[in-house]
Amino acid sequence: MSTRSSTLTGRIMSAPSIIALFLWMIVPLGMTIYFSFLRYNLLSPGMEEWVGTLNYEFFLTDPAFFASLANTLLLVGSVLVITVVGGVLLGLMLDQPIFGRGILRLLVIAPFFIMPTVNALVWKNLLMHPVSGMFAWIANSLGFQSIDWFSEAPLTAIIIMVSWQWLPFAVLILLTALQSLDRDQKEAAQMDGAGPVSIFFYITLPHLSRAITVVVLIETIFLLTVFAEIFVTTGGGPGLATTNIAFLVYTQALLQYDIGGASAGGIVAVVLANIVAIFLIRLIGKNLDR
Amino acid sequence: MGAIRLEKVKKTFGTLDVIPGVDLDINDGEFVVFVGPSGCGKSTLLRLIAGLEDVTDGKILINGTDVANEAPAKRGLSMVFQSYALYPHMTVYNNIAFGLKMAGESKAVIDEKVQNAAKILNLTDYLERRPGALSGGQRQRVAIGRAIVRNPAAFLFDEPLSNLDAALRVNMRLEITGLHQELKTTMIYVTHDQVEAMTMADKIVVLQAGRVEQVGKPMELYNNPANKFVAGFIGSPKMNFLGGDYARKYDCHEVGIRPEHVAVSTESGDLPATVKIAEHLGAETYLHVNADGFGPMTVRATGEVPLGEHDKIWLTPERDRIHRFDANGIALGKL
Repeated sequence: MSTRSSTLTGRIMSAPSIIALFLWMIVPLGMTIYFSFLRYNLLSPGMEEWVGTLNYEFFLTDPAFFASLANTLLLVGSVLVITVVGGVLLGLMLDQPIFGRGILRLLVIAPFFIMPTVNALVWKNLLMHPVSGMFAWIANSLGFQSIDWFSEAPLTAIIIMVSWQWLPFAVLILLTALQSLDRDQKEAAQMDGAGPVSIFFYITLPHLSRAITVVVLIETIFLLTVFAEIFVTTGGGPGLATTNIAFLVYTQALLQYDIGGASAGGIVAVVLANIVAIFLIRLIGKNLDR
Repeated sequence: MGAIRLEKVKKTFGTLDVIPGVDLDINDGEFVVFVGPSGCGKSTLLRLIAGLEDVTDGKILINGTDVANEAPAKRGLSMVFQSYALYPHMTVYNNIAFGLKMAGESKAVIDEKVQNAAKILNLTDYLERRPGALSGGQRQRVAIGRAIVRNPAAFLFDEPLSNLDAALRVNMRLEITGLHQELKTTMIYVTHDQVEAMTMADKIVVLQAGRVEQVGKPMELYNNPANKFVAGFIGSPKMNFLGGDYARKYDCHEVGIRPEHVAVSTESGDLPATVKIAEHLGAETYLHVNADGFGPMTVRATGEVPLGEHDKIWLTPERDRIHRFDANGIALGKL
């Protein structure tokens, strides 16, 4: 793409897909913004009217909003910490020439291919169920009281499930990064008198910084919108204990039939996601420039 | 102080005998070059000395103590890797300081030693840069700097110049030789390039298939190779080998004649030959010829020689420079 004519040809050729993508994005966004300024409730059809920023005022002053904002941040933050730390450790283990490495790798990657609803059902009914779950059985056979996860520690339960789902992604990215670490560097550090711990902190971890950045950025995008796990297990409760922004928008729209309020919530969620994205890129995006 | 002694050092990978058993003495302050074709085990031998590979059997004595089962860092050796193996996320300063930091030296001591090494290696202006922003030669110097500051008993170099271009290689060769004269520390240097071996070494160790073929001063190896392999490996262009009638005349299985020890004449001589290719370098001319009845030979003539393709010439080897070999390739001594 060096000459002027070939650049022009390139633009013309790629225009249809770019235009399609643009429309795909701008039409729903425009409609959502438009709806967010209307009083638009499915229970009173034909009564739509312009209400200005009233929907935003309601949404942002709703105590449920702050609770769900806190839940969202807690969920994203905890899962990020668990998957990155766990991913590095598992990656290190799978990078060693251990027995059955091929099968082990397959097992570690497997959760990523399970759809979130199924994941949530498995955890809810087979593992965390207070009567018939495996955790309850383990607790009981050790003489402890079983925990009713979804009423006693609902957000923790959600965090565990989502972490389990996303750990493979982190392992996959971090393992490939580990494999690209030059063996000579480790040997040079060994000659320099660095033990395994020093090699990890001075050589391995800096080498992984870029991969960790990628994991954090991509996971954040998806974790801000966790929905299926909450919907299937706790339904946002008890109370608001596990309601995140995505789930709050859902309750507005489909439980209260308030399209206007839900649209306002959706726009707020978009703005929040962008704030998080800008913050993250400022904080760690410079790692990608190297 | 760094005298290194290998006693029956053995290394096997599974069933593969990489090093079947090497005995070697390296004196304090010596510059020793391990040379041999690729896959001859020279790098493995160096890694055994460094401690990056475990010996299967045998002893490695550094200043009289057996270190065969010690960790690499405990052996007091420094290594310069072929890929340099610099830490890409650290500045040059921190790269050089890393070993001292691991040894728990104080900041003041580290700073003094790093600045000192940087001065020796002309790196003072680059201390705050990262390796990615340096040229190949500068990276090489950082790698050497990292080795120097630890004040090792011996330096180990693993083909350190093979990633540099030809001009830089000649420079770095001189720099490393200069460094050796300055520091007077034992150095072990691995290369497949016999020119590096000849120019730098106090003592050359020629290896083939994990065995030591010959140990000696460069000119010893050049003048009195112990066998056909050493004779062919040391010296460039390669030695010519002639068998048959010509060898029988000298009462041996094969004779070896270096290209530079053959007189060229257009009128008369021992061996008639036809020039195939003449490489004119100005100071010397390499003639690739076809000797009648013996096949291809290489001859080096001094200065400019007005010869070209198809020219008939006569070759006369210098009689006292002829090497004789028996059927097993062992040298028989000169005439």
